[in-house]
Amino acid sequence: MSRRQARGAPAGRSEPAATVEGLLSAREIVIACGPGGVGKTTTAAATAVMAALHHGGKVLVLTVDPAKRLANALGLEGIGNSERRVPASAFRGAGVKPRGELWAAMLDTKESWDDLIRRHAPDTRTRDEILANPLYQNISGRFVQSHDYIAMERLFEIHSEGDYDLIVVDTPPTRNALDFLDAPQRMADFFSSRLLRWLIVPYRSKLVNVATRPFYQVADRILGTQFLADISEFFILFQSMYDGFVQRAESVGRLLSDRRTTFMVVSTLEAVPLREAEFFARELTGRSLHLGAVVLNKVLPDFLRDPAAAAVAGALQERRAELAGALSAAARGPLGDPVQVERVLVEVAESFLNFRVVALREAEERAHLGSAPEVLATVPFFDHDIYDLAGLVRLGEQIWE
Amino acid sequence: MTVDLVDRRLVFVTGKGGTGKTIVASALALFAAGRGKRVLVCEVDGKGDVAGFFEAGPTGFAERELAPGVFVMTMDTEASLREYLKLQLKVPVVGRIGPVAKAFDFVATAAPGVREILTVGKLCYEVRERHYDLVVVDAPASGHVVGQLAAPQAINELVRVGLIRSQTDWMLEILSDPDQTALVAVCTPEEMPVNETLELAARVRDETTVSLAAVVVNRVLPELFSQREEAVFEELRTPAAVGVLDGGVGGDVTPVLEAARLAVTMRRSRAVHLARLREGIDPTVPLLYLPFMFTRSLGLRAARLLAQALGEELGY
Repeated sequence: MSRRQARGAPAGRSEPAATVEGLLSAREIVIACGPGGVGKTTTAAATAVMAALHHGGKVLVLTVDPAKRLANALGLEGIGNSERRVPASAFRGAGVKPRGELWAAMLDTKESWDDLIRRHAPDTRTRDEILANPLYQNISGRFVQSHDYIAMERLFEIHSEGDYDLIVVDTPPTRNALDFLDAPQRMADFFSSRLLRWLIVPYRSKLVNVATRPFYQVADRILGTQFLADISEFFILFQSMYDGFVQRAESVGRLLSDRRTTFMVVSTLEAVPLREAEFFARELTGRSLHLGAVVLNKVLPDFLRDPAAAAVAGALQERRAELAGALSAAARGPLGDPVQVERVLVEVAESFLNFRVVALREAEERAHLGSAPEVLATVPFFDHDIYDLAGLVRLGEQIWE
Repeated sequence: MTVDLVDRRLVFVTGKGGTGKTIVASALALFAAGRGKRVLVCEVDGKGDVAGFFEAGPTGFAERELAPGVFVMTMDTEASLREYLKLQLKVPVVGRIGPVAKAFDFVATAAPGVREILTVGKLCYEVRERHYDLVVVDAPASGHVVGQLAAPQAINELVRVGLIRSQTDWMLEILSDPDQTALVAVCTPEEMPVNETLELAARVRDETTVSLAAVVVNRVLPELFSQREEAVFEELRTPAAVGVLDGGVGGDVTPVLEAARLAVTMRRSRAVHLARLREGIDPTVPLLYLPFMFTRSLGLRAARLLAQALGEELGY
């Protein structure tokens, strides 16, 4: 398991940013993104742990939906939106002593939305009406894209308070990895849309002009008048917060392209997630956002691809009878039964050849990687789940240098 | 199970990202087609992965037959709206759809459920019109599918009059009928996928009218050894045995043994999560186990192998 070669950072090369350590030393925000199910949350947490261990200062990991055991390890169980310091005892338990402080927070979408409304509402009446509006509750509670927006909004909020030296953000699982990048702009577009005014007009004045009439006729027939009225009421309320909202969304967008921010694309070497990660990496570059690192998780060990080992596996199968005979002659106990030994030898060899096929498939995927991040890090397949600080440190060490 | 999975009319396949829900949906379609059914696979995420497993070029809203009996389409809510308007409202469609669709898109952004209803509506429409024996949906990942399945109900409550209201009634009828509609959750024996599957099962029960028909456990690693064989294996890893083996094959056997050890520990740590899954899922919901695919690529060949395995798990 530990026979890893750090191919991402060849020995002898020493540009300052060719390691995650170097990359992070000059950044304030790291956004971990990528397809679902590749270990994004764990990677983000491990990165934050390493930064707290080695760089010092105050490091925050802002996570979305950590596994229960990981949340426990970070002391996040049931704390909602507030930030918590990971206790020193947890580090002692893992046998390490951090130079800095590690803080952790979870993202509570509903709570964050409510905060946002409270901040932007012009008066208490509007605020209460919005908070009680059924459409608002739908948007804030269920609307999938609102998670994307709110994650970036929270990041902006925390960053502008200036309490942390480094913030590592774990992005929510999205249908499309790009959704959260577009979210601030989409939110701004949404509230400044001409259509919004269209929708509101008939409920402000009875005048519906010739241009908009066909739209209302169709919309009315599809949605029903009452529903349209509900929507309009919601937008009229929201209009009072329009300026604050659009401005905010724009600031959030600016923060993402700031040079203090870098992106870390996480993937495995499986074809489907890797294709998505590659697309994402290309998009980041295309938008002039900083592609700092690509982290490849759960990579099978290199020895699986060794042709000499494959030849040995073949020989184990071929000469199983001969080998079992030699073994049982030399030993008693479990090796005493040559038939069983033969069977085990066949299983062992087959298993090797099976995993070899997967390892070769993954190596081929890797060879076709098109993106060029500053750092390409590889994390081996760990045979146990990572759910505590010791595990995070183990993972973190693989990406750090 | 009331009606066999492949004998239902509408099957939603969902799962956490990375668990292989798309290949499982493809395998289910291949298996059903192999039993003589006319199958429509609808990809809702629109990433084009279904076509990938059939080793075909990208698909669109109009279905294409990618394997005998298997038709594949990609959901497009605007196209769905267009079709709906044409069929239901007799609205002159060409030319007018632009602004209407734009407005609709806008309203849909604000009012969740509107976009979902177009997706679910199209699927239910295909079922009602009996164009296919079976519609398999490569549905959004677990968290999002609930919103989709609950959309007709939500709209039904939100919209009191109008065409949509009357439309949701028949949709609900199809979705709520366990003889017609089923949800299949795809999971891998790992911590997060199992957590998410358990959560999904609870939410589907509480928030939708659709029934969870099965949990597919994907990428199950083979059991290498019996208990006695494992004792043999442990013995093989001792220096004395390794010496004998090295000499016998004329090479280093350590990596080969190490790979087997990795396979054993991987399977073992996964067994814990499997047990948790079995314990947390309603005992009447079957778990269907699909093997890890040790194939060179994950295309049509792997999908067919999985289809076979799925058929065996379903008792055929």
